[in-house]
Amino acid sequence: MIPGAFDYDAPTTLDEAVALLAELGEEARPLAGGHSLIPMMKLRLAPLEHLVDLRRIDSLKGIRAEGGALVIGAMTTQAELLASDLITGHCPIIQETAALIADPQVRSLGTLGGNVANGDPANDMPALMQCLDAGYVLAGPGGSREVKARDFYESAFFTKRADGEILTAVRVPIPPAGHGYAYEKLKRKIGDYATAAAAVVVTLAGGSCKTAAIALTNLGETPLYAAEASAALVGTPLDKAAVERAVALAEGITAPASDGRGPADYRTKMAGVMLRRALQRALARAAG
Amino acid sequence: MAKTQITLALNGRQVEALVEPRTLLIHFLREQMLLTGAHIGCETSHCGACTVDMDGKSVKSCTVFAVQAEGAQIATVEGLAAPDGTLHALQEGFAEMHGLQCGFCTPGMLMRAQRLLQENPDPSEAEIRMGISGNLCRCTGYQNIVKAIRYAADKMNAAQKEAAE
Ligand SMILES: Cc1cc2nc3c(=O)[nH]c(=O)nc-3n(C[C@H](O)[C@H](O)[C@H](O)COP(=O)(O)OP(=O)(O)OC[C@H]3O[C@@H](n4cnc5c(N)ncnc54)[C@H](O)[C@@H]3O)c2cc1C
Ligand code: FES
Ligand code: FES
Repeated sequence: MIPGAFDYDAPTTLDEAVALLAELGEEARPLAGGHSLIPMMKLRLAPLEHLVDLRRIDSLKGIRAEGGALVIGAMTTQAELLASDLITGHCPIIQETAALIADPQVRSLGTLGGNVANGDPANDMPALMQCLDAGYVLAGPGGSREVKARDFYESAFFTKRADGEILTAVRVPIPPAGHGYAYEKLKRKIGDYATAAAAVVVTLAGGSCKTAAIALTNLGETPLYAAEASAALVGTPLDKAAVERAVALAEGITAPASDGRGPADYRTKMAGVMLRRALQRALARAAG
Repeated sequence: MAKTQITLALNGRQVEALVEPRTLLIHFLREQMLLTGAHIGCETSHCGACTVDMDGKSVKSCTVFAVQAEGAQIATVEGLAAPDGTLHALQEGFAEMHGLQCGFCTPGMLMRAQRLLQENPDPSEAEIRMGISGNLCRCTGYQNIVKAIRYAADKMNAAQKEAAE
């Protein structure tokens, strides 16, 4: 399986990369870790004439805390997320999720930016970023803008990113100390995408739920932020009744495909199971 | 399509070559460098038979373009044994513990295990299993592969302790 022929550039600055993409138009694509793009190119599904490799652009790398947020460079690999003390200290759900993506070799090269820009509803990071209310920083010929993860996904492989734009960083608001969190993913084996998965972040005050955010992976054309289910938890003690109400609301917004991972009904029910488990673990971890 | 010049360090040796941008690293290694240790098992990024070390990371060379390895340090199974032919502790472990049957997965297993032991010199059984979760073996059932990696860890740790004393 050999991809079709293409031209290749590996510019060293963001400006050069943006200019190249603008000049080459829609037959050109950014290349990050290549672990979604290369498998797709081997299948020769889409003609691709030019790759602009982002690996030499230093400004797309690194993780820093800034103004109450973690700013994670788009070219940060999943392995680098797992190794980052800043992430362990401020937002460990990112590591819990990264560890459930594929295997060590894939995580060596697969990047956060590629994972969220790809637009495949099977990717795990997009729902997590919706749960965390992250923003995506996009650089294009006209300058830079930020789009919320909750607004970014339009349908499978269609996003708010314009062809010439490069995702430069993901800005994750640091959840309050003592927040409870969990990412629960059902998969058939290591290296498989989710049959269903749920990301949960909650905060408590005086034993009742102060804030809640729930998002779901691979249960529709896009990652799904479960706004109503999240709101239904606020002010409750996260008891059985509240959890079941949220589960019903979350199941209600799913529209999974029937495929090798199971029929649609089953996957919807598994979304509920993942959400119950995630809420249970998030509650056990939360302080207050 | 125009060929691109790449320069990289391959098992410690500087090499220069012309490749098409679409040439996968595995094909470059096997067909241009004639290093046939890394195997092509699935071509779909799942089996890990093509695993090599790139800049201190395990990668599946069927899912990397050779041009992406420009300037990189690549290590393949051919570079694992000492120049005088003495086997690496992992190769010895695979032989001693029957860590292979047909041997098809072995080059990838060895290269992944080599990096795993650099990252974690004293892994538990569970850590070994997770560490090699990107490498499939159709023959052994993994039991003896895990034992072989543990054998190598023990041998390498003992050697290090001795050197420190
Ligand atoms: C065997 C296997 C199993 C996998 N399992 C999972 C899994 O369970 N969960 C999961 O989430 N993922 C999984 N993946 C996918 C993996 O995580 C990919 O690495 C990831 O989806 C894409 O990241 P990348 O850096 O490899 O991007 P690439 O493949 O290089 O790019 C993906 C797409 O995003 C675009 N792009 C990349 N970076 C940017 C940028 N900075 N700006 C604009 N556009 C950009 C590219 O043009 C391309 O269209 C798996 C992959 C493999 C091979
Ligand atoms: S041949 Fe590369 S993972 Fe199977
Ligand atoms: S020994 Fe045959 S595939 Fe592993």
